[in-house]
Amino acid sequence: MRLELVKRPQQSTLFSALSPFIAFGLTIVAGAILFAALGKDPIETLYYYFIDPLTETWSLHELAIKAAPLILIAVGLSVCFLSSNWNIGAEGQFIMGAIAGSILPVLFPDFQFWFVLPLMLIMGMAGGAAYAFIPAILKVRFNTNEILSSLMLVYVAQLFLDWLVRGPWRNPQGFNFPETRNFHEYAILPEIWSASGRAHWGFVFALVAAFVLWFMLSKTLKGFEVKVIGQSPRAGRFAGFSAGRMVVFAFLVSGAMAGLAGISEVAGAIGQLRPTISPGYGFTAIIVAFLGRLNPLGIVAAGLILALTYLGGEAAQISVGLSDKVVRAFQGSILFFVLACDTLIHYRVRLVRPAQKAEAAHA
Amino acid sequence: MLEAILLTVSMAATPLLLAAIGELVVERSGVLNLGVEGMMIMGAVTGFGVALMTGNPFLGALAAIIVGALFSLLFAFLTLTLVTNQVATGLALTLLGLGLSGMIGESFVGQPGVRLPRLDVPFLSELPIVGRLVFSQDMIFYVSVFLTVAVAWFLFYTKAGLTLRSVGDNHNSAHALGIKVVRIRYLAVLFGGACAGLAGAHLSLVYVPQWVENMTAGRGWIALALVVFASWRPLRVLAGAYLFGAVSIGQLHAQALGIGIPSQLLSALPYIATIVVLVLISRNRRLTMVNTPASLGRPFVPDR
Repeated sequence: MRLELVKRPQQSTLFSALSPFIAFGLTIVAGAILFAALGKDPIETLYYYFIDPLTETWSLHELAIKAAPLILIAVGLSVCFLSSNWNIGAEGQFIMGAIAGSILPVLFPDFQFWFVLPLMLIMGMAGGAAYAFIPAILKVRFNTNEILSSLMLVYVAQLFLDWLVRGPWRNPQGFNFPETRNFHEYAILPEIWSASGRAHWGFVFALVAAFVLWFMLSKTLKGFEVKVIGQSPRAGRFAGFSAGRMVVFAFLVSGAMAGLAGISEVAGAIGQLRPTISPGYGFTAIIVAFLGRLNPLGIVAAGLILALTYLGGEAAQISVGLSDKVVRAFQGSILFFVLACDTLIHYRVRLVRPAQKAEAAHA
Repeated sequence: MLEAILLTVSMAATPLLLAAIGELVVERSGVLNLGVEGMMIMGAVTGFGVALMTGNPFLGALAAIIVGALFSLLFAFLTLTLVTNQVATGLALTLLGLGLSGMIGESFVGQPGVRLPRLDVPFLSELPIVGRLVFSQDMIFYVSVFLTVAVAWFLFYTKAGLTLRSVGDNHNSAHALGIKVVRIRYLAVLFGGACAGLAGAHLSLVYVPQWVENMTAGRGWIALALVVFASWRPLRVLAGAYLFGAVSIGQLHAQALGIGIPSQLLSALPYIATIVVLVLISRNRRLTMVNTPASLGRPFVPDR
């Protein structure tokens, strides 16, 4: 018995639509097995993972807070991945965006006007984009592998933030805690609907960004260029598209999105800089991008699901005593199922017995 | 003093060397497995856990090899049988490995580990300097050096090695010649996984006999960079690994001396050095084009 793949003449539209759902279903089954193996009631644990966080208003707000950075980063990454540029350093661009955006409230705390916040957001995007420009220009000019350079820059960014908050940017009135001063009121991203919970405008930015990039990718020439270069660089050259310029464009877009996510997280959810400002959003966003099939609208749904696993992980820890470390293992397995199910889109999968194969050869 | 420093350099270099040698064979067969970091951390947690439970660090190392290989089998099944995107699948393997190892190792945090003992080679270990450096090390060090030489010999002086390289350079021609492309790639990926698993075990059984979450700290990625740096040549991997070992030990010593440079900048040095070296190597297009396996990362579906 062996698996055999037969290429479909065309992509299967049925499986294009179904594959994320099959993948998610398989993840649920795998999760249930995992929970059972850890000695927990699988049904109850799954309930706390995926249903319980949706039952209360405040936790819906938390969901929006967690989903905002995931969606923002992932829609940016979709432009990269669709054009075959493997930016896996979004975590670093997130951090650099947060740092660049925090310059005003940290270094000029007396500079308090209404336009501080818009400036911060712009600087955050610029910071993330500038940091993403490094692997892009190295790839274009020196042919340097962008996967490795963008990933190495994540560690550099984390150490840079650590140095800032323990050194020059440490709060002078902070009792030596490694954190910056708290942002003043003009530097805080307001809550969307503060009467019901603390979700901030970052979630709205994420929805807008998803819509804008969806429009760009599916309705404009630029989006066509992204896809052509991604699928066939040669065809792209014949069409007169510049692959080098596309590298820079894709990295700048995804860097800016990650930077915006970073400054929104700091100005919205945290309110100051700390040594660690992200539970790995930049890496989880890779999973989000693929689960959303690199389609910005799909990514909105995928971002909400992955955000739910963060919340569900907390809920399951409190209610059934499941370790919060399980979340990352669970998230990692989602990507496997998504990739495996994507095979169904391009290929028919058949089980072949050796005897059958011999017969087929004779016939 | 110098002897002690050189010894720590070789300890820092050994896991990089092992993981990179494994990945080199994988990439020579035309497969790009970005999951090195994930396989390494799985090896680290397995090695530590088994050594802790059985009290035998050799069993720990053996278990790490097996788990590393089994974990890579997941990657092989997806990319070789289901023909998924190799870059994305490798990333998935790393993310899953980091998550799973954190979960498995939760109860190991803070526990004192079991150190892999040194094995002295009789007589030779009493030689001045060289004796302590080369002939009085842990088992994994000997394995890493032996594997480097063995892989260099296998790839360039045996028929099987030639077959493996031909699969990596042109899988369609190899397939037309009746070579089992997918089977060879499966074996190569398994070998890479076993090497990465052992490299991880070196971290948790020799380098710092402890379990710390995310303790690989990007070493798997540096190993991937080393393969590029070495332009897919085993002996250059050896040189590169020791160069990086020297950088990472050098920055630790500089931190200990406290020479006024922020410790974070020093900690960032190995990562910055990786980028600089990659740029220097890859700008020389002729060098990289000659040695890069031509089918690297390309999907292969046999047309019957």
